[in-house]
Amino acid sequence: MDGGALFVETFFKREVIARYLPDILKGMLVTVEIAAAVVVTGILLGLVLALVRSYRLRPVSALIVVFADIARALPPLVLVLLVYFGLPNVGINLSSFAVLWLVLSLVLAAFAEEIFWAGILSVRQGQWEAARSTGLTYGQALFHVVLPQAVRLTVPPLTNRTIAITKNTALGTVIGVPEILNQATTAQSFSGNATPLMMGAIAYLLLFVPVVIVGRWIETRFAWRRA
Amino acid sequence: MDAILQQFFNLDIMSQAAPLILRGLGMTLLVCLAVVPLGLIGGLLVALAGRARQRWLRFGVAALIDVFRAVPPLVLLIFVHAGLPFAGIRLSPFASVCVAFFLNTSAYYGEIYRAGFDSVGHGQWEAARSTGLTGFQAMMYVIVPQAVRNVLPDLVSNTVEVVKLTSLASVVALPEMLYSADMARSLTYNSSPIVLAAAIYLVLLWPVVRLISRLEHRLGG
Repeated sequence: MDGGALFVETFFKREVIARYLPDILKGMLVTVEIAAAVVVTGILLGLVLALVRSYRLRPVSALIVVFADIARALPPLVLVLLVYFGLPNVGINLSSFAVLWLVLSLVLAAFAEEIFWAGILSVRQGQWEAARSTGLTYGQALFHVVLPQAVRLTVPPLTNRTIAITKNTALGTVIGVPEILNQATTAQSFSGNATPLMMGAIAYLLLFVPVVIVGRWIETRFAWRRA
Repeated sequence: MDAILQQFFNLDIMSQAAPLILRGLGMTLLVCLAVVPLGLIGGLLVALAGRARQRWLRFGVAALIDVFRAVPPLVLLIFVHAGLPFAGIRLSPFASVCVAFFLNTSAYYGEIYRAGFDSVGHGQWEAARSTGLTGFQAMMYVIVPQAVRNVLPDLVSNTVEVVKLTSLASVVALPEMLYSADMARSLTYNSSPIVLAAAIYLVLLWPVVRLISRLEHRLGG
């Protein structure tokens, strides 16, 4: 067998593709579900934490900072294993899907909180003062004046971070979430052929290349032009 | 409460697992020493190739960056470790980790350097060349130092991500810190070894995370 045929036989074997395509498609659906759930809860929680922090109540802010630092410093896989294997022993049973969703949401929330907070800080003090002096309450100034300006600044870094964290859905394979990578490795060991791994990689490309390209477009669209 | 202490903060089990986990830490540091420089250099080459005069090279590099940013690093690692042997390429876990993470981190570092190059005005290049520097000299002595300085916070932040990334090596049975801790966990049916590993990651990375927060606390400078 020449090299090209061997390559096709190893990574693009037609019978294997036909046999395992439904599994990979099922995995894609699971990946999309978790990613969507993580994006929604993670960004919302991050925004809420940043807003709470903007009231500058010392003990509360300190707790938020500690949470954000820990969740940003630890590898997500460490947290996944900790929650998945640790909680059942103290009487809390979560499905592997729920564990992955919970951990990735917390990690995204930590990064999102820091990004939103940086955005709030970068709105000039004069904006606060002007808003308050027109008679707006603190909350009104925050929601109607500061936040709209802050969010615009946060879009590019938040997009990049969100893409990176949704790709971590692949970590679910370690605890048996039936997402793309899990389906691909299972199919690979059943078929004794590397084709399912190639299918898995292509499935990720199909899902994430458009996301990466949109992310780059957003980055230039919302770029902060320095004078 | 007692159950939580017993399950997550069992000092006896931690001290038993400590030697194993510290050996794992050694391997984690070794992986970082290999992967971070590879990524920094690979990223620089990627960014330089992205500025090449040849169209095909620029487009090729851009496509590769998108591919390696779209594929999760764990998928890449498993592909290299479990897929390539079918094609007759058999790598040790350490080599698999280096290859997979080189491809992944080069793409990320490359994007950061690219932003850095964009931030250096074209006049710098013209001025450098007009003083008689060759293209290579102008790049190395004038453009790259300024570009790197402009994106230093991003480079540091990405390096933290790379250090965290090395924990994925546990999936291909490279005995780094998380692998060792997880082995101790499965032997003792207790999560304290993983808490210990997490604490070590915190000690290593928390100061850097704090530093990044300080550097980044004003978006858009």
